[in-house]
Amino acid sequence: MLTRTLVPLGDRALTIDFPGIDGTAVRDLIRCLDDRVRADAHRGITGQVAGIRTLTLHYEPLLTSYRRLIDQIDDTLSTLIVTPLVAVEPVRIPVCYGGEFGPDLDDVAAAHETSPDAIVAMHAAGTYTVAMIGFLPGFPYLDGLAAELHTPRRASPRTAVPAGSVGIGGGSTGIYPFTSPGGWHVIGRTPRALFAPTREQPALLQPGDRVQFIPIDPAQFRQQLELP
Amino acid sequence: MSFIIRQAGIQTTVQDLGRPGWQHAGVPEGGAMDRVAHRIANLLVGNPDGAAALECPLGSVALQFTAPALVALAGRDIAASLDGVTIPAWQPFRAETGALLALHTGCRTSVAIAGGIDVPVVLGARGTSMRAGFGGFHGRALRRDDILPIGEPTPLGKQMVSRLVEAGRMIADWGAGPALRPSYAIQPTVRIIEGPELRWLTDASRERFFGASFRVAPESDRMGFRLQGPTLALTRSMEMLSAGVTVGTIQLPPGGAPIVLMADRQTTGGYPRLGDVIAYDLPLLAQLRPGDDVRFDTIALDDAHTLYRHREHDLSRARHALHLRFASSGHDAR
Repeated sequence: MLTRTLVPLGDRALTIDFPGIDGTAVRDLIRCLDDRVRADAHRGITGQVAGIRTLTLHYEPLLTSYRRLIDQIDDTLSTLIVTPLVAVEPVRIPVCYGGEFGPDLDDVAAAHETSPDAIVAMHAAGTYTVAMIGFLPGFPYLDGLAAELHTPRRASPRTAVPAGSVGIGGGSTGIYPFTSPGGWHVIGRTPRALFAPTREQPALLQPGDRVQFIPIDPAQFRQQLELP
Repeated sequence: MSFIIRQAGIQTTVQDLGRPGWQHAGVPEGGAMDRVAHRIANLLVGNPDGAAALECPLGSVALQFTAPALVALAGRDIAASLDGVTIPAWQPFRAETGALLALHTGCRTSVAIAGGIDVPVVLGARGTSMRAGFGGFHGRALRRDDILPIGEPTPLGKQMVSRLVEAGRMIADWGAGPALRPSYAIQPTVRIIEGPELRWLTDASRERFFGASFRVAPESDRMGFRLQGPTLALTRSMEMLSAGVTVGTIQLPPGGAPIVLMADRQTTGGYPRLGDVIAYDLPLLAQLRPGDDVRFDTIALDDAHTLYRHREHDLSRARHALHLRFASSGHDAR
């Protein structure tokens, strides 16, 4: 059986981690375990959060116990079949790069001693995978950023990054679903709503989804704008 | 039925017990910071625990009723008046049409009204998610002249009102005694379950973390309380991958000043987690103002769960007692 560590996160949550497993293997394991726990619908689990290499389960102590949850997780792990991610059609996300929508594009280009156009071409050429959803409702942490685009976070975070902003933070890229403080370099903005509470599926992206960015111009941005 | 905000205070919002079940999509549970005060205020006016109520953090708040209402206040250090007459907390009262309720002090006062605040349900809850701008009253803090709808009181709430009207009373002769309330303090010690990264503190820092008191910084809000105190250091610099956090998680950012995550926290975080404040003690923390001090102590998980069950037992007993009191018609139950 897999080596797992299990630690309490306060008195109403616990976190499962798998030391010694990395990369795609741990991603696949977390995704499959997350799906299986959701399908099993054990009594008392009130929330599930898949991290980069952890799964956090929130629970109601009146309906279950820490020990019962450990037993259930170990049972699940003993029979869990880990399957690789099925390559689905990528979700195409339109992005207006640079200008007022991407105030840090020039800085990112300067940091890599290349042109803004080259940065855009490289960012839009990639196919990304949603590693996890967190930080804000519907915020995707995307894997697959070309090493040439890795850029340390801004020295001082912005107090308000506009909704739809596409950013680069270290080796990750992501999209801000809501206007919020943020320290990532903003290189463009999408007109798509990443999260809409009234949609049947409020979050546009789920862990495991693949993503491609399609460059658009400001006129197309205004035409396709879904955000208020 | 409705009420009008005459003075909005600072960051006054509509809150309930939050929206569980959406954390996988990055939606924090949210809900009232002091869930116990929220539940007791609702209990006293015959509402279900999770009915939407006002959370008034700081500053003076005034509201005016457009129809008679049954209201209860709960929280720490409350001074309030109805049309200029001082009214108690933890004890419901009747407000007539046009009456003006004013909160003068208090920290995160829950104002529950029989029938609850009837704002639309978004993702299963009525609470305000301010960062995402949905839920509550148009997804935002309340402003002057906002008009908030009140729902239909429960049969119990209606019986409570009739009983008060018949007796000619404004202030109810039932309430929540001190034993049921959280034991609020200006300098509380709150208990934590040790977090996965606590062992990375240097010995001196660990001693300071549990020995010193920490002050709630001014830049604290529903997302988190920033703490000022001795700087804490780790034995090595840690590269953390984003992982789940919860309400009460004490994070240690690189600067060495801890942050306690509160109701509107994000679902994941990337800083070392020193520990998590237990549910039983969260109300004590939620009711602190900037400038107040807090100390930390550890508790075993089993003991935390025992406290949790005791509180739930006490609350359900109080609810049962209120139902019994109003179950029989007439005056014989008084």
